[in-house]
Amino acid sequence: MDQSARDLANDRSMGHWPEGLTRVPYWVYRDPDVARDEQARLFEGPAWHFLCLDIDLPDIGDYRTTMVGAMPVVVSRAEDGGIAAFENRCAHRGALICLDDAGKGKDFHCIYHAWRYDLRGNLKSIAFRHGVNGKGGMPENFDMAAHGPRKLRVTVVCGLVFGTLSEEAPDFETYVGPEVMARLRRVLHKKLEVIGRFTQPLPCNWKLYMENVRDTYHASLLHTFFTTFRITRLSQGGGVMVGANGVAHASTTLAAPPGPDDTYAGMRSDNQGFQLEDPSFMASVAEFGDNIQLQILSIFPGFILQQIHNALAIRQIVPRGVDKMDLNWTYIGFADDTPELRNMRLKQGNLAGPAGLVSMEDGAVGGFVQRGIAAANEEDSILEMGGASAETSETRATEASVRGFWKAWRAHMDI
Amino acid sequence: MTDVVTLFEISALNAEYAAAIDADRLEDWPDFFHPDCLYKITTADNVAKGYQAGIVYADTQAMLRDRVAALRQANIYERQRYRHILGLPRLTEGPEGAILSDTSFLVVRTMREGQMDVFAVGAYRDILRRDPSGAWRFVERIAICDSPRFDTLLAIPL
Repeated sequence: MDQSARDLANDRSMGHWPEGLTRVPYWVYRDPDVARDEQARLFEGPAWHFLCLDIDLPDIGDYRTTMVGAMPVVVSRAEDGGIAAFENRCAHRGALICLDDAGKGKDFHCIYHAWRYDLRGNLKSIAFRHGVNGKGGMPENFDMAAHGPRKLRVTVVCGLVFGTLSEEAPDFETYVGPEVMARLRRVLHKKLEVIGRFTQPLPCNWKLYMENVRDTYHASLLHTFFTTFRITRLSQGGGVMVGANGVAHASTTLAAPPGPDDTYAGMRSDNQGFQLEDPSFMASVAEFGDNIQLQILSIFPGFILQQIHNALAIRQIVPRGVDKMDLNWTYIGFADDTPELRNMRLKQGNLAGPAGLVSMEDGAVGGFVQRGIAAANEEDSILEMGGASAETSETRATEASVRGFWKAWRAHMDI
Repeated sequence: MTDVVTLFEISALNAEYAAAIDADRLEDWPDFFHPDCLYKITTADNVAKGYQAGIVYADTQAMLRDRVAALRQANIYERQRYRHILGLPRLTEGPEGAILSDTSFLVVRTMREGQMDVFAVGAYRDILRRDPSGAWRFVERIAICDSPRFDTLLAIPL
């Protein structure tokens, strides 16, 4: 594109991107300037980003590497037992400090020139700082305390580690809001255990995936498996809540009442004749003390918590350029799972993920939009289902939480 | 030490298995397994860490048939096909007449528009026993992918 995103938005502020949340211009998914702005304003701005699980770092010196947008990050368990996070970039020449997904050490050494950092990312020593035989070395006045990778503020909530580079970001619970915080606590209420990790590269702009996550309207239409087996239908009870700032959402589906349901009669996704030969993997237990069968929760910009029956997973969005992203899946259970419940989670793992019987379509549908809009720089998508607001709703036949995403996005991007 | 006949039989089984998938005869795929079985797709990292989950996890042959039925009747995905390139199975004797087998695989995925990608590379870790007719069938087939990445979606089984 020739024009920057901001120029386009300003040019079109009276027409092409109208006031309100019911239209989204397609260039937001394609413009490299938007992606650069997002890195500065969202990923390095006043938003909170999922980094890892608390249990990933049980002991002092344990670390994991992750991404915050395009920025590589190290998360570590420091000497005082707290969790620290810092940019995975040596202060000297910019090389990665940590080269593996996870590990353990007393400190961190950049392999390039052996600059050494403590577990909080503070620069502690420089090889040949005083030269060799009195020659060479760093200037005497070089201030190690003033040089180091950028450090993130860190918060640990419900066993999740979130971070932000911004001093201006509100505290995490304010950022998320009380309604969705309660939904987060509902699921993540005791010690977690990782049962698998997978990465799913998707051929689309990251925002198309997050919109899909928040789109309660599509679930039972795109995903036939859901409707056929009555895991979710719009006619089942449930709803969608959206935080006041649009940052967080949680959609819920209650267990289906007995009896036939003709809400979808005649639609492609209606296929009442489809029977499972082995329905054992659809058996589930109400482990959270309520009749919520399915809850999808998201925190802007890139965190998702999934509860589909007993299949629990955390998904982290990592943009990889304007038309690619990675979705990092962490399948979880609880440390005190019985063998029966654990087996249920393993079998229900078939429902979601890259090969999810319910939701494999989500992997591809963002790519279909990305390809469909290749020549649509002057066009907009429509978000009018359920009105024009981004408020909590007792129906899922709404795009309220997608509008909430854009509310948060536009606030952060100042568009 | 397993004999050359067994090596031949299990190599032939692998060839038939791959041909069924690559020729879109998915309905034949569950028949390569015993009724009580385990089929899982996971990664080398998950195996190394002892993580049990797979992106596909079926502990009965009926679950495999259900997956094929879902692919045929419920799931929507862009037209695509696989080509399995298999290595020679490395066999060891297991307990009570079972055979343990490791076989490298390379799967190239060709999409509707012609794009070809190395979609999956790894090894099958198998346990085989003869069925009542005397044919080798999988008690367990774990497809262990070298990469943690599964591009876009995995519809067709490995």
